[in-house]
Amino acid sequence: MAQGRRLASAGSDPVRWLLIGVAVLFLTVFLVLPLACVFIEALARGPAVYWRSITDSDALSAMLLTLLTAGVAVPLNLVFGLAVAWCVAKFSFSGKTLLVTLIDLPFSVSPVVAGLAFVLLFGMQGLFGPWLAAHDIRIIFAVPGIFLVTIFVTVPFVARELIPAMQAQGTDEEQAALLLGASGWRTFWRVTLPGVRWALVYGVILCNARAMGEFGAVSVVSGHIRGQTNTLPLAVEILYNEYQFAAAFSVASLLTLLGLAALVARSLAERLQRRQAALATAATLSE
Amino acid sequence: MRLHFARASVLPGFGLTLGYSTAYMGLLVLLPLAVFPLWASRMDFGQFWQAVASPRVMASYRLTLGAALAGALANAVFGLVTAWVLTRYEFPGRRLADALVDIPFALPTAVSGIALTALYSKNGWIGRYLEAAGIQAAYTPLGVALALTFIGLPFVVRTLQPILEDLDPELEEAAGSLGAGKLRTFFRVVFPALLPALLTGFALAFARGVGEYGSVVFIAGNKPMHTEITSLLVLTKLEQYDYAGAAALALVMLILSFILLLVINILQWWSTRHFGEGA
Repeated sequence: MAQGRRLASAGSDPVRWLLIGVAVLFLTVFLVLPLACVFIEALARGPAVYWRSITDSDALSAMLLTLLTAGVAVPLNLVFGLAVAWCVAKFSFSGKTLLVTLIDLPFSVSPVVAGLAFVLLFGMQGLFGPWLAAHDIRIIFAVPGIFLVTIFVTVPFVARELIPAMQAQGTDEEQAALLLGASGWRTFWRVTLPGVRWALVYGVILCNARAMGEFGAVSVVSGHIRGQTNTLPLAVEILYNEYQFAAAFSVASLLTLLGLAALVARSLAERLQRRQAALATAATLSE
Repeated sequence: MRLHFARASVLPGFGLTLGYSTAYMGLLVLLPLAVFPLWASRMDFGQFWQAVASPRVMASYRLTLGAALAGALANAVFGLVTAWVLTRYEFPGRRLADALVDIPFALPTAVSGIALTALYSKNGWIGRYLEAAGIQAAYTPLGVALALTFIGLPFVVRTLQPILEDLDPELEEAAGSLGAGKLRTFFRVVFPALLPALLTGFALAFARGVGEYGSVVFIAGNKPMHTEITSLLVLTKLEQYDYAGAAALALVMLILSFILLLVINILQWWSTRHFGEGA
């Protein structure tokens, strides 16, 4: 994080060590212990139980639905992120600030409230409920509802990363490309996209992690039908409430690994981006 | 105010991208949220008041707001120390500690929920020591506050870090060379510069805590009047087929999150005005 600045070594200053001690204790109690707890509880009854828990047919179908949900929500929000970043970062128009503020809205809405919104729209007693029932379409307590709420809660991730990246990029290079006769699409693919690719990767990773891990909103619309509308986080809840703790933590450990992988991938993307920036600077200097 | 669109740009695709983004946001975010005022308008005032201000609901507000406040305060204090240590001192494991800060963002809330419950329950790694000291954490308001401290942890640290990195150390050195003590330097020079970011981080953690569901429901125990958070109460009303009541309560939560969003935007504006964008 703190690059380009020499950090003071703690040396023998007792105040510094005290502050470091407080911070490390805080992070250990609040972050390391819960993380360690997941894996230790998962393996508490031995590797055989662990393996059986994560290869159980309900767990596997939950895994499949989780992957499918992310497979629907992430690409849609990626396209949205690209579109909204393009118009916000490259053009000036009235209401831009409002649009940017609205993008963050799903972050500030409680997941339960988000889930409820879709129930009130598409549930049996909902606004479109009677029409949907007449046409035999099920959204709530079915897979489409899970897709919808997941899209809702993950709308901001890609857009948030892309907007500042495209703004920093400016429009000079695109204008030059267009002037030289490149088509709009070609300019976008060859000039804009390569410049923001790390922001895009970063946004997709965060979006995917949230799409796979969303619990509150999905729990409202899912109906918890085993083998049909259960995602991995819901499977964790069900197993836990049935006092199958080892199994619950086993499934939870998969989600934890997924989250950790997202963090590692993100820091790799950041490091690559930094190295590339350094190389670009070096190239400019040597010219 | 005159409306203006796409002024002085030769770039293509403005109409398409703006139209698509607006339609997408409108259909998937704004339309679903507009359903709450619609449902609430079908109730008369008495029904609405009953749904959003009955004693059980009031108890849930007290718990939710109180625990979110406690969690945000804990994060303001310890998050400040953590951000300071991570940006100022070199010590073994600093990079790892820095990477760990994002864990509450990366971990699904259901996973955090069961892990925290296991830790703080009577036989848990931390719970057993608290129990010996006569403190019960799991299934009490304290447990809710602990879960909200966990979930809000990254906000304060991550909002403060860039500000601390940009803060000119010469300023502190100048204050020091003019004879100000370390504590005095901190409170008179550093702290005022950090305050807008600290408040922003605090508000973000608080806002997240108010709406949080997954990491809290397991550790809360969910006893009505005692450890029942407002989000859960919304869900309970829905499960009792009290759609209107659930919608009314959700509307109250939604209005609260709008107010918090506004406050956070004002704080962020104050913060950037203080320092300039990324300067």
